[in-house]
Amino acid sequence: MSPTGIAFRLLVLVFTVAFLTEPQWFEPLLVNLTRNNAPAIYVQGDLLQLTLNHLAIVGMATGAATIIAVGLAILVTRPAGAEFLPLSRSVVNIGQTFPPVAVLAIAVPLVGFGDRPALIALFLYGLLPIFENALVGLTTVPPTVSEAARGMGLTPRQVLIRVELPLALPVILAGIRVSAVIALSTAAIGSTVAAKTLGEVIIAGLLSSNTAFVVQGGLLVAALAVLIDGVFVAVERLAARRIGMLLPRVA
Amino acid sequence: MSVTLRPDKLGILVSLIAVGAAVSPFATFKANRIVAGTPQSITDALPGPTATILIVVIVLTIAVALFRTPAWLRLTAAAVALIAIALSIGAAPAHLTPEGDRLARIGPSTGFWLSIFAFALMAADAAIRLRLGPLGRIVAVLLIAVALGVIFRAGVWDDLSVMKEYATRSAAFWREGGRHVALALGSLAAAILAGVPLGILCHRVPGVRGAILGTLNMIQTIPSIALFGMLIAPLAALAAAVPFLAAIGVGGIGAAPAFVALFVYSLMPMVANTVVGLAGVPAAAVEAARGMGMTRRQRLIRVEFPLAFPVILTGIRIVLVQNLGLATIAGLIGGGGFGVFVFQGVGQTAIDLVLLGALPTVALAFTAAIVLDAAVESSRGRWA
Repeated sequence: MSPTGIAFRLLVLVFTVAFLTEPQWFEPLLVNLTRNNAPAIYVQGDLLQLTLNHLAIVGMATGAATIIAVGLAILVTRPAGAEFLPLSRSVVNIGQTFPPVAVLAIAVPLVGFGDRPALIALFLYGLLPIFENALVGLTTVPPTVSEAARGMGLTPRQVLIRVELPLALPVILAGIRVSAVIALSTAAIGSTVAAKTLGEVIIAGLLSSNTAFVVQGGLLVAALAVLIDGVFVAVERLAARRIGMLLPRVA
Repeated sequence: MSVTLRPDKLGILVSLIAVGAAVSPFATFKANRIVAGTPQSITDALPGPTATILIVVIVLTIAVALFRTPAWLRLTAAAVALIAIALSIGAAPAHLTPEGDRLARIGPSTGFWLSIFAFALMAADAAIRLRLGPLGRIVAVLLIAVALGVIFRAGVWDDLSVMKEYATRSAAFWREGGRHVALALGSLAAAILAGVPLGILCHRVPGVRGAILGTLNMIQTIPSIALFGMLIAPLAALAAAVPFLAAIGVGGIGAAPAFVALFVYSLMPMVANTVVGLAGVPAAAVEAARGMGMTRRQRLIRVEFPLAFPVILTGIRIVLVQNLGLATIAGLIGGGGFGVFVFQGVGQTAIDLVLLGALPTVALAFTAAIVLDAAVESSRGRWA
């Protein structure tokens, strides 16, 4: 990350924390976006609480998606599951075409309104980028490397845990990052089915034609996306650097 | 030819899902369009002979799936099963609706969708094993479209709950559908017109590449619902300031912010793929063109662009599929599209109305993905 990139993200962090703790400070900036003396700051719900709930939904869904998707990717890259590899690729490719809104809407009749349909939609939609990246990561480990590991007497399980997964980690992390950023955005749409997320603020703004609400909700979600993206990019770099040291030792 | 019957791993998975589907409710019966339904098994939901035929077809298909059988046989069996399931659900409404009841709604349930999923999986696997080329896949999509067309024309599904929602809204359905496609294709066209030259600029002038791609990347992180919403204010101001724009329909709410938001989201994949495509053109090819005395413009049009085309086409595929899905959000801000039905349905807790918006959206995105994937593959074959 470039110094400007880091500075920008720090700035975003400062503004986000400031907005969540003392929203009234920003009233002069937002008041021009309102009409007919409508409130400039969302007060029907606690912004901090909504943000935390938003993050919790994204975190739970992405966490579950990571476990399942990486597990599946490991399965289809083992000899026993190799038969499923081409099909799982196609399923992922086609699954990606399902629009998030449609997944969200179809989940409602199954589990009712609230946080649950959002969790399901986020989980299902989050599976695909992670699975795809885990597949790429696990199938592009240089054969010489796993060969060498086997030659050192490692069991297949040890090769997986000590060699293949660490080598694939940066790519898998990139998949989780994409998945989390998509989930942040989809969670906002989740408020159309009554999930308690920052989308509530945006939708309240759309319904009452109060642009100040739309802007603060939208910017908060965008800020969260920038921050999460930044954290993951940093972790990916770290993981990649670790392999840089690992590679010469193994090969 | 002797055939030794060995189990097929994928077939076992398909069979497990299909058996799960068979014991799940096949259809639901609802007293009216918004109450919760009561589940109906295959034997409850269908008239005796239909149920028997369907069960026999499913059992035979499972038998084909379970063992290692030729791919063409698997494909045929899966197709027959899919058609049988699709036709028999159409018999459920007449069987389940009490005489004279005009409010009752009968729709497909978990078992129906699961069995469709199981046999679609089997068909996809068989198609992969047959190594269907681009043309073969497009023909397959056409066949599915024709089959669906025949089913709709014949009115097989007319009494299903989703089609009842359609019957009262058929004019609105086609109007919103037209808008949905127009929004997705229009913003794609605008993104191609702006994105390809921007990509060429990034390729030629490495100095601006970081700035342009960085900015577009940042925009990509703004959640769609917020971007759609945030464009309302500036566009309303613009329309108020420039009467001509207001006259051609630009305004705070409506199609304009949706169009702009889709366009902005589309730019990033278009520019990025143009840059990657041009960067992948072999230096030797450009060198040879220069040696032949081609000017910079001729090299771009006759050599670099054709060689980069498959990658640019991949960008178009990504953008079109993404736009067809995202255009649903336009329904929230008065921009029209199939999202109108989805959000109305969510508001009224009428799931059939939700499906009326969601199913065509999925079908459009799905078709676009398969057709453009085939196009990308054949373009690679011709030029690479």
